[in-house]
Amino acid sequence: MAALGQVIRSEWTKIRSVRSTVWTLGIAAVLTIALGMLICFLASNDFHSMPARQRLSFDATNISFSGMGLGQLAMIVFGVLVVSNEYSTGMIRASLAAVPQRGTFLFCKVLVATALVFAVGLATSFVAFFAGQAMLGDLRAHLGDPGVLRAVFGGGLYMTLIALFSMAVAVMLRSPMLSLGILMPFFFLISNILGNVSATRKVGRYLPDQAGSKIMQVVAPANSDVPYGPWGGLGIMIAWTVVALIGGYVLLRRRDA
Amino acid sequence: MIELEGLTKHYGDKVAVDDLTFTVRPGIVTGFLGPNGAGKSTTMRMMLDLDNPTAGTVRIDGKHYRQLRDPLTYIGALLEAKSVHGGRSAANHLLCLAQSNGIPRGRVSEVLDTVGLSAVAKKRAKGFSLGMSQRLGIAAALLGDPRVLLFDEPVNGLDPEGIHWIRNLMKNLASQGRTVFVSSHLMSEMALTAEHLIVIGQGRLMADTSMRDFIQQNSRSYVRMRSPEREKLLDLLHSEGIDAAVAGNGSLEVDGVPADRLGELAAAHQLVLHELSPQQASLEEAFMQLTAESVEYHAHDGEPVPAQAGAAPGARTPEPAGARPGEPQPSGWGADWQKKRS
Repeated sequence: MAALGQVIRSEWTKIRSVRSTVWTLGIAAVLTIALGMLICFLASNDFHSMPARQRLSFDATNISFSGMGLGQLAMIVFGVLVVSNEYSTGMIRASLAAVPQRGTFLFCKVLVATALVFAVGLATSFVAFFAGQAMLGDLRAHLGDPGVLRAVFGGGLYMTLIALFSMAVAVMLRSPMLSLGILMPFFFLISNILGNVSATRKVGRYLPDQAGSKIMQVVAPANSDVPYGPWGGLGIMIAWTVVALIGGYVLLRRRDA
Repeated sequence: MIELEGLTKHYGDKVAVDDLTFTVRPGIVTGFLGPNGAGKSTTMRMMLDLDNPTAGTVRIDGKHYRQLRDPLTYIGALLEAKSVHGGRSAANHLLCLAQSNGIPRGRVSEVLDTVGLSAVAKKRAKGFSLGMSQRLGIAAALLGDPRVLLFDEPVNGLDPEGIHWIRNLMKNLASQGRTVFVSSHLMSEMALTAEHLIVIGQGRLMADTSMRDFIQQNSRSYVRMRSPEREKLLDLLHSEGIDAAVAGNGSLEVDGVPADRLGELAAAHQLVLHELSPQQASLEEAFMQLTAESVEYHAHDGEPVPAQAGAAPGARTPEPAGARPGEPQPSGWGADWQKKRS
């Protein structure tokens, strides 16, 4: 058995020694924060011309996470590259020759990448919240308000789970192009379309991103009939991720490298 | 010591490796020879537990690969040269491999020095030439100071100086009592480095012999004779107790008798000779003869392949020359897909 500590150290060296780590995580943070600020600024200007019903469901916290829809795409790229780079470069053979226990290999790789994403995601989420609230002026929410801290902390969890889900998909598909080609349009377009067309809305809300993003809401949108709460939604997202990870593990165990 | 027992690998109904049983002994360089597509790389990947055998086992010093604690300290391998993340520096590439097996950090600069890459240790591997990548792969193999070393086509892409270097390296490693197993499709290369030879063709074991025996048995020297009076010449040779074989174009091949004597003999009986030439069958020819029937993909000048000629028993459709199923294509669309199955 390879010692866990050794493999974790090795995976940390791998992750810190390629530039894509800084680029993808940096872009994810900057996009999420900057776009969130911009939309908060626009929303604060529009608030007084909004119909009363919309004002009632105005969610100052959630609006500061508006940039996450785009920022998560960079998180997906990070998650996919961390795993599929091993395959596209042929490094996987050197890696598995060094650590033939594939479960250990996968666990350590995912653990290190997830820990890093969680740190970056949590920081991003807090900065996006405070920067967004600064743009909202009088409409701002406070961290001590009910549900706000949960939403901000949940923002970090959401980003982490998106990246983790992407890693799991990449373990199954191996090719970076294929993984990105499926994940990017899925989370950017298809999930949104399914969630907004009335015929598919009931199915769409069980998709990982739709369910998981519930954690970032403080005020429920008008006419919402979503049958799960913020933690329930996150639970659905975790379930998706766990299933994908198990699928990846089973394939990695069985497959020729 | 590496022991293979009944090692077999099927890809669908195609047999890539067929019931291989042999032992690679320490202290010598063992050559692993076979034409392209014979199953050499597949065998080596199974030795490292990268590919799962359909049947059979491999033992490294008596243990399964997965049972080895810190496997890089038992067995080091050079598979393909380009198994490096191009964005990572040579030193970091080796460092992450070293860390995973608890090898001290200082080994990284040691092996970089051994392979002559110290100057580019901080450079990203993306810019490396094939020869430099090959050296980096060898550095990775040496990292854990292992007792067993596998090299898959190590001289590929090296310049003459590099080839000379790797030959000496392999001999040195073997003389330190290590097990060195090196694959090649070039007989001439093997003749210079290997003491023992394992030849496979179409996944089957064709020969497991010492290099000396192989050379003795296979480097045949003979004299080729051509004469307009072939029958007379044959009778003459026969009456002198000399065996002669009739070769394809009407010439005769005589083993074990010097050309001088054959010429004098013909002159004494006033026979006209059109040719009298000593011939030496090279090891390369011997190797080609040994594996002739097993070469899976002959070059075909663009003609369609006849249904049976040269095709593997299980092969269903003729492949275009050069295209090998299950092996990565050099470039272009689908390269990534191909790579995954190899």
